[in-house]
Amino acid sequence: MDIVTPGFGLIFWTTLTFFLLLFLLAKFAWKPILQAVQDREESINAALKAAESAKSEVAALQNSNEQFLKEAREAREAMLKEARSMRDKTIADAKEAASEEASKVLELARIQIDNEKKAAMAEVKNQVAQLAIDMSERILRAELKDAEAQRALVDRAMLDLKSGN
Amino acid sequence: MFLRYCLLFFAASAGSLVASSDSKLSGQHSVGSSQGHESHAAEAHDGDHAASEPDEAVFNPKEMIMHHIADSHGWHIMDWNEREIGIPLPVILWTREGLVVFSSSLFHHDSEGMHVAESGGQRFVNLHEKIYYASDAPNEHGIYAQADPITHEVTNLQPWDISITKNVASLFVSAVIILVLFTRAAKFYAKNSDAAPRGLAGFVEPLVVFVRDDIAKNNIGPHYKKFVPLLLTIFFFIWVNNLMGLVPFFPGGANVTGNIAVTMVLAFVAFVVTNFNGKRHYWNHILWMPGLPVAVKPLLAIVEIIGIFTKPFSLMIRLFANITAGHIIVLSLVSLIFIFETLWVSPVSVLLTLFISVLELLVTALQAYIFTLLTALYLGAALQEEHH
Repeated sequence: MDIVTPGFGLIFWTTLTFFLLLFLLAKFAWKPILQAVQDREESINAALKAAESAKSEVAALQNSNEQFLKEAREAREAMLKEARSMRDKTIADAKEAASEEASKVLELARIQIDNEKKAAMAEVKNQVAQLAIDMSERILRAELKDAEAQRALVDRAMLDLKSGN
Repeated sequence: MFLRYCLLFFAASAGSLVASSDSKLSGQHSVGSSQGHESHAAEAHDGDHAASEPDEAVFNPKEMIMHHIADSHGWHIMDWNEREIGIPLPVILWTREGLVVFSSSLFHHDSEGMHVAESGGQRFVNLHEKIYYASDAPNEHGIYAQADPITHEVTNLQPWDISITKNVASLFVSAVIILVLFTRAAKFYAKNSDAAPRGLAGFVEPLVVFVRDDIAKNNIGPHYKKFVPLLLTIFFFIWVNNLMGLVPFFPGGANVTGNIAVTMVLAFVAFVVTNFNGKRHYWNHILWMPGLPVAVKPLLAIVEIIGIFTKPFSLMIRLFANITAGHIIVLSLVSLIFIFETLWVSPVSVLLTLFISVLELLVTALQAYIFTLLTALYLGAALQEEHH
């Protein structure tokens, strides 16, 4: 059969044409096209990757912001709490110190008052004794101007002593 | 695929059936209608069929179809007022006395060996689109060739024929179309390096990327990059030539990818590329299949070695048969008008031809895809690395 017998001429020209076409296309068509397509794919991939990383960066930023906020809130809470407790403590301390001081002052005052009182009493006693001595001296002088009177006194005194025992 | 071979068979047998009944009826069909049969030597028929000119009144569809799917030395465009209009093509012969080049018009559109073309002091005849050294004198049918009386083979010697035939010319046209198409597309990228593809590049790029990703990358494996230009060239070479074959008028209509010589070259390229890139693993699996009893290994080696050749052989036959079948079906359907000799068949003919043509449009791409895909698959198998 003729149609299944390859002709030499057509084999020759097909080989020549095919390889020439392969060479020319590879150099002037496939290389630039494939290169351009690959470059574009790479740039798209890079852009996608950049977008992805930017997204994750934003997310991370948001996350850290929240973390910061939370931490700040916690710090504020802690500071407030501390301040409150400090205030309470200060007030309590002050109260205690004041009451202590007050009681100390009171004690001191009492002691002083006591002392004053004792001194006053001693003074009064002294004055009274002086006064008594003075009075008795005067009385004695008056009484003892005569011998009679002196005797009568001794007698009375003797009598007192006797009945006093 | 099976269906297509059935159609091919059907169309061919229908053609021959009509042809044989024709010759029986007319009884004077010897030289012309024997074309395509094993015996080309019309002059071997004896004097019963004295009239060597085919009867113009009787249409022989098989002869017409075989003529259309075969190659020829001139590019016949149409008949006008009983005159053939065509483009003469250069006939290039490597003869006993060196290179001879002359125009195919010297044969006067003859392919029955009746017209001797003289060039460079040598005489040639065109007998069924084969160039022979012409005999000194014609035989009784006016043919300048002699035939062996028993085998009916033409005994005249043939020069090496590297003429620019219709198929070669069509091949050049397709090659120019492909070149212009893709270099122009490539220019777009040179101008707009990072822009989205538009125009021609927008049309070409998905196809190129398809071949690169779906054919090359998926089937060849990690080292696919080196083979992408080859696969792209094979794909578009086949596709464009298939499409050109579907165009019913000049400069289409040649049956380039339906010619066994063309598919043979393409299959040979696939064969060479596959086996020259075969890695250790590939040859190991062919020559000494691991994991089998030693007794079986040589047997399998024989089968595998045959397989090396049957793979490209199947590529060659598949493309050839599919495209030729398409051409035969379309031509058969058109022939219906002339077989029934009535215009009333033409709507049926035209509609069926339209249907088949649309189907063929799909087949053009499909066959290009299958050829490229299988080449990539074979390459992938050859390049496979040992994986433990």
